[in-house]
Amino acid sequence: MSDSQAKNNELVRVDNVEKIFHRGSEEIHVLSKLSLLVPTGEFLALMGPSGSGKSTLLNLIGGLDRPTNGTVTVAGDRIDQLSDRQLAAWRARHIGFVFQLYNLMPVLTAERNVELPLLLTTLTKAQRQKHVATALAMVGLSHRAKHYPRTMSGGEQQRVGIARGIVTDPTLLLCDEPTGDLDRKAGDEILNLLQALNREHGKTIIMVTHDPHASARAARTVHLTKGQLTREAVA
Amino acid sequence: MKFFHLIWGNLKRRKLRTALTLLSILVAFVLFGFLCAIKQALVGGVELAGVDRLVVRHKVSLIQLLPEAYKARMERIPGVAAVVHQTWFGGIYQDPKNFFMQNPVEPEPFMAMHPEFVLPPDQMKAWLATRTGAIVGRNTAERFHWKVGDKIPIMSPIWMRKTWEFDIVGIFDGAKKGTDTTSLFFRYDYFDEARKAQNWGTGQVGWYTIRVKDPAQAASVAQAVDLEFENSAAETKSEPEGAFVQGFANQIGNIGLIVGAILSAVFFTILLVTGSTMSQAVRERIGELGVLKAIGFTNGQVVGLVLAESCLMAALGGGLGLGLAWLATSHGDPTGGLLPLFHLPARDLLLGAGLCLGLGVLTGIFPAMQANRLRVAEALRRM
Repeated sequence: MSDSQAKNNELVRVDNVEKIFHRGSEEIHVLSKLSLLVPTGEFLALMGPSGSGKSTLLNLIGGLDRPTNGTVTVAGDRIDQLSDRQLAAWRARHIGFVFQLYNLMPVLTAERNVELPLLLTTLTKAQRQKHVATALAMVGLSHRAKHYPRTMSGGEQQRVGIARGIVTDPTLLLCDEPTGDLDRKAGDEILNLLQALNREHGKTIIMVTHDPHASARAARTVHLTKGQLTREAVA
Repeated sequence: MKFFHLIWGNLKRRKLRTALTLLSILVAFVLFGFLCAIKQALVGGVELAGVDRLVVRHKVSLIQLLPEAYKARMERIPGVAAVVHQTWFGGIYQDPKNFFMQNPVEPEPFMAMHPEFVLPPDQMKAWLATRTGAIVGRNTAERFHWKVGDKIPIMSPIWMRKTWEFDIVGIFDGAKKGTDTTSLFFRYDYFDEARKAQNWGTGQVGWYTIRVKDPAQAASVAQAVDLEFENSAAETKSEPEGAFVQGFANQIGNIGLIVGAILSAVFFTILLVTGSTMSQAVRERIGELGVLKAIGFTNGQVVGLVLAESCLMAALGGGLGLGLAWLATSHGDPTGGLLPLFHLPARDLLLGAGLCLGLGVLTGIFPAMQANRLRVAEALRRM
């Protein structure tokens, strides 16, 4: 692959990123001169021990936070330069999030939870309902559309979370420990789902995990230690 | 509207807490409605008073009488268009609790002076033809189930200390909402003739009402009237009808101030109660607000959701409260005659609606600002 082909294919470019948090007068360097490229269509796992900076890196790529130094380019946009308002609109357009604790709205049914990101679009009610039905069908939960999260198992709630993440057909799906709160069986179902989204639908996925079993499903795994990439493995 | 289910769902999240807060708001607005109706009953006459009318009474007090002969002298004062008089009768119908005003008047000039009282022409004709005839306002007629043709006995502890009999020849209505239709008016000639027997008060009246030609000149006409009778045995005090009615209301106190003070205390308490509920509700779902921001909701949209929730709560509680107050006050005077103008005016309903909105915004603004300041990454860590 030539350089220009590689550049055309890259979805995420993280260049010399530093992230420093302040606790009183103390500076905590969470990421140090970190660079990373993620091509379109890749399923990448970010692994590392607690405090290694993997979730912080995910937040930077997802536009939830800004780097102290360095640049973050996703889908051609320098997101480290966007304002809060621009970032919100950018996230709505490009990013789908899947969280460890599902983070569903307990007061909404499964279908209403999945519909949430679509409320920010100009779609009509009928169009939104169609998208929601498709997303729920993709995660195999059409029969649970009217159910509230409290009546669902952890695995089912996470599948609703994934449906919410993909309902807008985002450019990039970011998963923060998506199996971290699930038993092995439910976790495997979620990983199967993510793998299918990547392989069958070409979805680019970046998944933070500290579980080797989960990272084994990714096409590439990068390891972080103390805010730096230490090694890389390709499946 | 597409966010409604989210706002509604959040309101239903803690049902008991929301119900109790709604109840607090509801009670506050019912109280607001009642106090406004009471205020209207006490000072509403000021608004209904004629801007072109002066009331002339004895300088010492209203219960001191004025000579009937003053009428002709007043009519000669420049700027005076018409003069009528009334006298306090103070009668009792069956029971002292059945209070309503009865005054002897000269029918034609009196009705011309008070176009707010609407009497059918045939009943006016009957009044002029019946010496013992009386006309009564709709409110009192309905209260005692009187109808035209009835003969009613009224005992006067002031005049003759006897029971007077009147023939009801007409029932008048108010020309506009809020007009006092609780009074009874009867003929002055019948009254003056009859009281001759007690050898007191003949040829004297309670107070005068003057119509001025130009309302802008009302103050100078009032001054001229008082000057006319200066240093006489019965000096006068003239004032606009509105000020006269206000003077009555002020005998109780500054109604507006009293009502304002009570309502301020109530709404301050409600502000704290609702504000505390909203703050708690937002604190409990910091993480969820973080999720909303993560999936693309802007700060403004999150602020809007929080404000919409507090406004919806205030609108529900306040709307129900105002509705209940309106229903309760729509039956009119609950005292049986002491507060004839008792009702909740549309103006106060609008004010109440404005207060609902203000309450919603004020109680939601601080939690909304808290939600606005929320950093997404920080909020997600607090899930």
